[in-house]
Amino acid sequence: MTASLADNSVIRFARGVRLQHDRVRDRWIIQAPERAFIPDPVATEVLKLVDGSRTLGQIVTELAGRFTAPVDVIGRDVHVMVTDLITRQVLTA
Amino acid sequence: MTDTVLPPMSLLAELTHRCPLQCPYCSNPLALEPRATELATDEWISVLDQAAEMGVLQVHFSGGEPMSRPDLPALVRHAVGLGLYTNLITSGVLLNATTFPVLVEAGLDHVQLSFQDIDTANAEHVGGMKGAQARKLEAARLVVCEGMPLTLNFVIYRENAERVPQMLEAAVAMGARRVEIAHTQYYGWGLVNRAALMPTAEQLEMTTRAVDAAREKYAGTLTIDYVTPDYYADRPKPCMGGWGRRFINITPSGRVLPCHAAETIPNVAFPNVREGMLADIWRDSPLFNMFRGTDWMPEPCRSCDEREKDWGGCRCQALALAGNAAVTDPVCALAPDHDKVVEAISSLPAEPPPFRYRRYARAMDEVG
Repeated sequence: MTASLADNSVIRFARGVRLQHDRVRDRWIIQAPERAFIPDPVATEVLKLVDGSRTLGQIVTELAGRFTAPVDVIGRDVHVMVTDLITRQVLTA
Repeated sequence: MTDTVLPPMSLLAELTHRCPLQCPYCSNPLALEPRATELATDEWISVLDQAAEMGVLQVHFSGGEPMSRPDLPALVRHAVGLGLYTNLITSGVLLNATTFPVLVEAGLDHVQLSFQDIDTANAEHVGGMKGAQARKLEAARLVVCEGMPLTLNFVIYRENAERVPQMLEAAVAMGARRVEIAHTQYYGWGLVNRAALMPTAEQLEMTTRAVDAAREKYAGTLTIDYVTPDYYADRPKPCMGGWGRRFINITPSGRVLPCHAAETIPNVAFPNVREGMLADIWRDSPLFNMFRGTDWMPEPCRSCDEREKDWGGCRCQALALAGNAAVTDPVCALAPDHDKVVEAISSLPAEPPPFRYRRYARAMDEVG
């Protein structure tokens, strides 16, 4: 599954997993089967862009524009992060 | 202390104690609550509203068998509308092609399905229900077919400990995303049946090796949660992540508890959602403040570096084994009552005695 991760892969949340704002504690959380994770601020920005239609490449472009950073640097970091989240059954591609 | 009380993360909603199965390790109390005392739909709706308002993130619909309640889909739908993550903890024997789509439509997020064993004959001997295994396998198929994440819960005890490798293979074959290999915990019915259920140290080692091997083999495919019987540990478990810190349990009749075994604690009133608001109960009730934080701790906990990691272990286990809920969990090797645990292990009979099955009141006389 991870081997096929490419710029044109559409990134989705795995069924039963979602990013949600925790109103009471004022923070973002990943809701998953029988557990909740707290994503770090960078992961949070990536996950906010996961809408089931954006590709990996579009997410990278969006972030590079927003943080005025080189696309190849952002691309590498996001690729590593998304691969990790796929392994942890948070995302699918 | 009330200033530092954090909101709960998780609500275990025990909708009913009724269940078609009679597992002798059931976590329900010996005094099962009858249907007539169960909270009505609107009372559960109010509980869900209050829980979400307080900051609960996940609601686990449990029992008994929660699918015995015809209003389960309505409660799931309401919880989903509040943004709560909805989990169904079920035996699966009532989950079928008629009942499941209604829960899917209601927005259910996840199913945890229990198995008594992977061997059908023994599974049905333990659950006390003929034909249960086929229904459970069909339930697993329906959940996976729908694409909903499925966690299998295999309860491990003396008679099935050797089959952990087959359970893990079966979990992968069934398409489960997560599996719990959970040794029986010795409370309520599990405590009554401890001599029949407790594995040997060798069996425990064997299951640990099987879990380690499977974690390597199925990395990225299957997440394995492994729960050991803490009698063999030398440090106690951080029961419920600490008393009144993360977890809130509501019984079928509306009693609000810090854990599902807390009704054994003597000399304290059990608050009820019929008599008070959940937030007030969580923050102010004597029950929830009884063992919250570290102020209550005796030695050796009080001066221990682990006190905010294991929170003194389990209060109900301290009560069950040492006769006092306010002492260090006897599982801890440093506990004055640790000999009670050593004694319980060393006195295990060579041949396990017959089970005393989980049944309503009449059987209560038998277990005294």
